[in-house]
Amino acid sequence: MGIGDVKVAAAPDKIKTAGLGSCVAVVLYHPYQKSAGLLHIMLPDSSLSRSPIYNPGKFADTGIIELIRLLGYPPARLRAKIAGGSQMFQYESTEDTMRIGPRNIEAVRQHLEMFQIPITGEDVGGSSGRTIEFDPSTCELHIRNMKLGNCII
Amino acid sequence: MNFEQNMTSYQIDLLKEAGNIGAGNAATALSKIVGEAIEMKIPSVKMVSFDEMIDLAGGPEKEVAGIFLRIEGEMKGSMFLILSLSQAEAYAKVMTNDPSFCINTLPLTDMKLSALRELGNILSGSYLSALSEFTGIHLFPTVPSLCIDMAGAIISQGLLSVSQSGDRAVVIDTVLSSPGIEGAFSLQAQFFVLPDPDSFERLFLNQKAEYHD
Repeated sequence: MGIGDVKVAAAPDKIKTAGLGSCVAVVLYHPYQKSAGLLHIMLPDSSLSRSPIYNPGKFADTGIIELIRLLGYPPARLRAKIAGGSQMFQYESTEDTMRIGPRNIEAVRQHLEMFQIPITGEDVGGSSGRTIEFDPSTCELHIRNMKLGNCII
Repeated sequence: MNFEQNMTSYQIDLLKEAGNIGAGNAATALSKIVGEAIEMKIPSVKMVSFDEMIDLAGGPEKEVAGIFLRIEGEMKGSMFLILSLSQAEAYAKVMTNDPSFCINTLPLTDMKLSALRELGNILSGSYLSALSEFTGIHLFPTVPSLCIDMAGAIISQGLLSVSQSGDRAVVIDTVLSSPGIEGAFSLQAQFFVLPDPDSFERLFLNQKAEYHD
């Protein structure tokens, strides 16, 4: 799955996205139905789009709505796991895009709370890239991190 | 301006020429650093999806050394110098005169990191000063920043401002390499310049003015 994609999968299939930096991956899953969806957002809010037509998966607000719609379950039944939101480059700039990782995390948390979807696991922030894979049959999120090693949440 | 539909072959040629001049200047600088002849491939100008852009740098999970800077001033954009880990190691060895340097022994000492950062400084500086001269546009690059990690995590930083305008990016892609002797180690470096979409108008406006002079 690539940047800005929104996809769903059911066990035994797994869903994966590679090379997350400041982007945030949001996994929404139904703990009993063994189905899950993944979203790979770049920016915190669709109001940042300068074009009226855009891919909803690029933004935290529209992406989460789209993912809930694709899954088709009442939001309150869903659980979330999130990863990403790093700050890859450290330097001074006047541009907002430099602090986009933390802003993405904040926006994702806010929108999940709005739909009352609890976050059951997260591996966010820091300054390293991540590749993640979610297994709907175990509800485990496997995270590969080149600098800090691998983990499961 | 909707650059996705309106880019003419004339404009693509202009961007190619800009890449040619910039990377040519950087090749000369690199040649002085490593003391070897450096060749430059003809730059390519492509309109790519974000995933294709990351594939150009080796794929989302490929571990690379990326030097990134933002171009500010009259034209805005992002610039990357991407080196494979073995290439980064080779450059750092040449620059620090230390053959024992190994990039896998993380964390890197300050000396090695600053050698790579300096390489980024020199190459991006020479690229952009030539680009600025060619286009007649004042460019103010930020201080380059180095990151060794997955290509997807590095390149996506440069796609953020592009993504506010659309789902595709225009990239000027240039590869520098030393021909080397057969079997010997060949140095390589890849440049990406990603102009912000709203900067195209400014870029082409200047060129048109010059063209009609």
